[in-house]
Amino acid sequence: MPVDADSTPVALPTARTHPFDPAPELAALREQSPLCRMRYPDGHVGWLVTSYELARKLLVDARFSMKPFRPPVGDPAKTAEVQEVEGAREEATGALILLDPPRHTKIRRLQAGYFTVQRMREHRAGIERIVEGCLDEMERHGPPVDFVEAFAAPVPGLAICAILGVPGEDRARFERPTQIAEDPRSTAEEQLAANDEFRDYAHEVIRSKRARPGDDLLSELTQTSDLSDAELAGVALQLFGAGHETTVSMLALGALVLLSDRGRWERLCDDPSLVGGAVEELLRYLTIVQVGAFTRTATEDVELDGAVIKAGEGVTVSLSAANRDPAKFADPDLFDLARDAAGHLAFGHGRHICLGQHFARLEMEVALLALTRRFPTLRLAAAPDQVPMHPPEQFLSGVHELPVTWG
Amino acid sequence: MTPVRIEIDREACVASGVCVLTAPELFSQDPRDGRALTPAEELAPEQVDAARAAVDHCPSAALSLRGDDA
Repeated sequence: MPVDADSTPVALPTARTHPFDPAPELAALREQSPLCRMRYPDGHVGWLVTSYELARKLLVDARFSMKPFRPPVGDPAKTAEVQEVEGAREEATGALILLDPPRHTKIRRLQAGYFTVQRMREHRAGIERIVEGCLDEMERHGPPVDFVEAFAAPVPGLAICAILGVPGEDRARFERPTQIAEDPRSTAEEQLAANDEFRDYAHEVIRSKRARPGDDLLSELTQTSDLSDAELAGVALQLFGAGHETTVSMLALGALVLLSDRGRWERLCDDPSLVGGAVEELLRYLTIVQVGAFTRTATEDVELDGAVIKAGEGVTVSLSAANRDPAKFADPDLFDLARDAAGHLAFGHGRHICLGQHFARLEMEVALLALTRRFPTLRLAAAPDQVPMHPPEQFLSGVHELPVTWG
Repeated sequence: MTPVRIEIDREACVASGVCVLTAPELFSQDPRDGRALTPAEELAPEQVDAARAAVDHCPSAALSLRGDDA
């Protein structure tokens, strides 16, 4: 269907009717017009992409920029207040997700050697020790436990500490401020204060890497790159931030999906060879970047699907809608352990695709293998619809707590 | 049958490693900057399907097959 550039713009649909499914309006939009006009909270009228095919086309197109920073949801006055301070900081020039080439290319290549498939294999034993340690602790404590506090939060927190070469006790230094900064219910003052706290920690890490370099990415960058301390702190901020909270959400929501259907959980316990595929299907099905990829802005007029996205117009790509596109995934709203979910867009697409995707896969795979082996009787201690979820306008979906029991 | 080869656009490659995940026998990543490497000169006929999948899944459209008529 041809796109009408003057059609009435929609607001990004966010309200879920089922905890795992994206807002139902997204599917309706995908059927009517997978590229449609969308109004941003600041009044800007741009575009929304909801199909798999157009999502891929758009995200790989080099004619789009990450600037300006324009979230598709949230209170515009608060966004502007926080952005006025944060956008001007030198640390922002180290954050990949805010950068365009050539700077993006430079900063990404400096780090990417540490996140290759081969490199991640070397971390497997370390991640296994972290996972087993958390499960030992869960066993000692006895049922019931909050799965988020006992497992889903500490595993990624300790894992990012391990690969970045900082003590595990540092967890609180980055977990607490990220939670406050990401929570849409925090005020601008609270978000800015949390960012200050997090930034102070990142600078402390860079100073300590300079003083006592180890065998890790940040140490190497302090020794060999021409980045300033503020830029390096920006790199560290993104690594710590993106490197843990995403996996916290995936482990907690993943457990909720698996445990909410006994047959599913038992099938996985009986056949560990299903774990690799289950991880991909969880990534597709949950697509935790619930408000869509970071807004892209056209740097020139771009023709897409019979429409022209004009220079300066923003585009939001709903990764959740793309990953539920029946043209790509048959019966897309069905969670199917045995599905081949390869090609999903949960990590994004294009040059900003998640740098740590193989790290995330490794953590999830090791976690599910150990959990199913050691806690086959694990079950929810709350009704699935009673589990407190992140607000729908938070960047990542997730749960605040997940009561579980076993035995 | 024309020999099929994988071509990597080194400038477009964003070091995602998706090719290694998709076709581990055909790709590796440069340990320095993570960019794709392919040791294969000419593909054996039974490798072409895996190579096509890697081309299709590449998030930065950095891969192509030369000599692939399909």
